Formats: sequence, C-alpha cells, structure tokens
Amino acid sequence: MKKPKLLWLQSITCNGNAHSFFNHPELFSILSHFELLYHPLLDTEYILEEVIKTQLACDVLILEGSFREKGMLKGGVELSTVVEVYAQKAKHIITAGTCATFGGVFKEADPKNITGFAFDIKEKTKRHELYFSKLISLPGCPIHPKWLSFVLLMLAKEKDIVLDDMFRPQELYGITVHTGCSRNEYFEWKVDTKGFGLKEGCLFYEQGCQGPHTRGSCNKILWNDASSKTIVGTPCFGCTEPDFPKTALYMTQTNMGIPTTMPLGVPKRAYLTATGIAKSFKIKRFEERIIKYDG
Amino acid sequence: MKIADKKALKRESIIQTALQLFSTNGFHRTTIPDIAKALKMSVGNLYNYFSSKDMLAKEIIKYTSEVLGNEIREVNGLEVSTEEKVKKIVTLYFRMAKEKPEMIEYFLRVYLSNREVFNDGCEGMICVSGFITEIMIFFDDGVESGALRNQDFFSAFGLFMGYLGGMVFLKGEEVLPNDIEFYVEDISRNIYNALKV
Repeated sequence: MKKPKLLWLQSITCNGNAHSFFNHPELFSILSHFELLYHPLLDTEYILEEVIKTQLACDVLILEGSFREKGMLKGGVELSTVVEVYAQKAKHIITAGTCATFGGVFKEADPKNITGFAFDIKEKTKRHELYFSKLISLPGCPIHPKWLSFVLLMLAKEKDIVLDDMFRPQELYGITVHTGCSRNEYFEWKVDTKGFGLKEGCLFYEQGCQGPHTRGSCNKILWNDASSKTIVGTPCFGCTEPDFPKTALYMTQTNMGIPTTMPLGVPKRAYLTATGIAKSFKIKRFEERIIKYDG
Repeated sequence: MKIADKKALKRESIIQTALQLFSTNGFHRTTIPDIAKALKMSVGNLYNYFSSKDMLAKEIIKYTSEVLGNEIREVNGLEVSTEEKVKKIVTLYFRMAKEKPEMIEYFLRVYLSNREVFNDGCEGMICVSGFITEIMIFFDDGVESGALRNQDFFSAFGLFMGYLGGMVFLKGEEVLPNDIEFYVEDISRNIYNALKV
C-alpha cells in the first residue's frame, strides 16, 4: 500500500504542538506510516522553497498556528495562498492546536484579522464551507502527542474517526478534562483544595479549574504517560475550548459564591441542589491529609 | 382514584395537619396521638405513613421548603427586573406568613429551635435545598444581569432572609403595629438598596 503523503505547515505559531508531538515515545514509528514531505522542524524530503511552489501532492495536511489572510509571508509568498492550494489537494486537514482550530493565543495580537483555519472562536470562517468534509480539529495548547498519533494512525489504517460538530474526534473530546481526575472524590463532596500543589481537594470551587466544562482527555491519556495539571494540583485552563485564552485563570469566577460556568451540560438548578446536599456533610477522610508525614 | 394517589393525598393531609399542630402548640407538646385524633385516624395507621414523630418533622420541613421554593422559582422565571423580583419574593413570603402562617412559623419555631430533631437526616441544607436553590438562582441571575453586587452568598442570604424571618417572627409575637403586608414596599426597597451594585 502506498503511504499517504503528509505535509505539516505552520502559520502564526510558537511551535508548541510540533514540540509536544516530538515527545511522543513512538514518534518515528508513527511517521513511518506516512511519506513525510515537509515539516518545518524536521529534516524532510522537501524544503520550504519547494513547498511554496505548491506543486507537491498531499494526502494529509497538518496545520499549526493561527491564520491571517494577508501579511503572513513564508519564503516571500503569502502563506494563505499556499495553504489554500494544499487544502484543496488534501484528503484530510488536521488543525493541530487551539490556534489553528479557533484562533487561540495569537488571535489576541490582532483579534479582528487573526483566526483559526475553519473557525474564528466559534464562528465559521469561509474555509469551513470549503473544507468541512475533510476537517479534523485537534484543539489544545498544546495538543497531547497521543491525540495526534491517534488521528494519524486511524487515517493511516483508513479507519473512520467519529467527529463532533466542530470536527473534534469524539474519542478524545467527547469527555471533559474532569473525567479521570484523581480529585473526583473531592469534587463529589465539594471539598476545595487548600492550596496549589497539594494532593487533597478539588480545584473547581476556588482555584479556577475549568476541567468540568472543558472538553479533552488530559486525565484519560496522561501527559508524559504519568500525570496531568489537575492531578499535580494546578487548575485546568480550558485550553481546548474555542474561547481560550481566558483571564484570571487561578480564580473561579463566581456570582455570590456560585460558579458562573457549570459543569458541561449540567443545569444550574441541578448543580446547586446536588452541591447544597453534598456540602451539608463533613466527611472526615476528605478533611485530612492523604499522607501523614512525621513531624 | 388509584390507591397510590389516595395514599399520597392522605400523606399530604397528615403533613398539613401536623404542620399546623407543631407550629401552634410546639413540637414537643404535640404527640402522634394528637395528630391522629385531629385527622380522625388511628395512631397505628398514621405510623404506616411516618415511622416516627422525628421522621414526620423532617418530611414537613422538606415539604414547606418545596412549597416556598416553587413560588420563588416562578418569580425567577419572570422577565422582570431584579428590583421587581425582590418585591415579588417579599410579597409572597409575607402573604404566606399571613395566609399560611404555619409554613413560616414551622421553619422559625420548630426547625430552627429543635436542631436535635433534625441533626440526623436534615444536616445543613439537605431538607431546605428546594428553597435555598431558588434563592441561589435569584442571586446568581441578579449578579449576572448587573443589578446586584457580587459578594459572598451568605452575607447576601442573611440580609435577605434574616430580615424577612425577623419580620415574620415579630408578627408571630404580635408586636407589629401594622399588618405585615404594610411593610412590603419599604422592606423591598431596603433589601434592594442593600444588595444592589
């Protein structure tokens, strides 16, 4: 079987998704399923000067970074025109990272003109209509290397990837970051953590954790195969969501003590009822340290 | 009428009669035989519905909390200003204190005054969550709309419900020179002024 031709193009980016992917323990094994035409940070078959001539064939196009229609030059050529040609040729377009998907951090520099490839935050861009049948969104800041390898290997094996209405693979984004968090018992009983980095307590009530309303599998597919932000005791920043980045990240936004954003899909009335009841009990185990060090 | 419906009706009539007696005569001075007598039913049959007086007391607080919560829920659903909602909540609370005084009296004179009865099974907000949840929604909507100042829930809750409870308590003590509804206008304004941005 002929290997699919893979092209990785960068727009306005910090390289974060590329570097994250490089941390994949099976990086070269995964890439071996493809003919890697070009990657800006790897020694590949072609160089940028050849890519921008837009003569190469392309099956899988990976896009990294936010977009602007004009003023983003690569090798003296307007990048948006290069991307347009390869997007038409490709069978699959993967937007890797929140910048390429929704606009992300770099959108902040020029909110009017900088967008994601097919979305401007939640709004569809003109490219949405042109390419919706081939889009796969992988938001994240950065993406987990195994989110990308999941998609690449599924494509290499010509398997269908079930996507949601924003083209995110449901396997990866059908759950919230809260799923699998080691602090779930504390969430259930509404016990907040007493500080960052502690093993005990939930970060949702005071410390700004966005895990319960952020789509992602950070606590199912662990980072470095070992941990996650919420497990080590720092809040989820909601980096996979269209409205990332947000501000005041280390503080839960509340109205009279009630979190302004509810866990995904949970009506406020249901949440408040359950919370009021759970908070009425003091569970000794959740008030104590997990490990009691001497002295 | 189905047997299950009949039983539900009977259960509610027991709750309402017990609520009346507890509020008027006090929790400790009211016995299960007193309640059974008022309902013209046997003591044994009453125990088929509620296994003890304490259990009945807990069901009553849940019942009153639900009734009051449902009324506030209707206010929460209205497309009116927060100021108007404050007035509507004060109005319904005082109207209830006047027309069904046992509902509020029960909360003030039985639930809050006999904590030992409610400690097991009605800890914290458990039995009053129907009411508390709606007050939380009211505050949340008020802040969201920009009308109310964002602050700790209990500082706002204490001001609002403590004030209303205090007035109903004074009414119960018969020390108010005027009918309680006379105070709706001023108290609503006081509460709104205290809570607004």
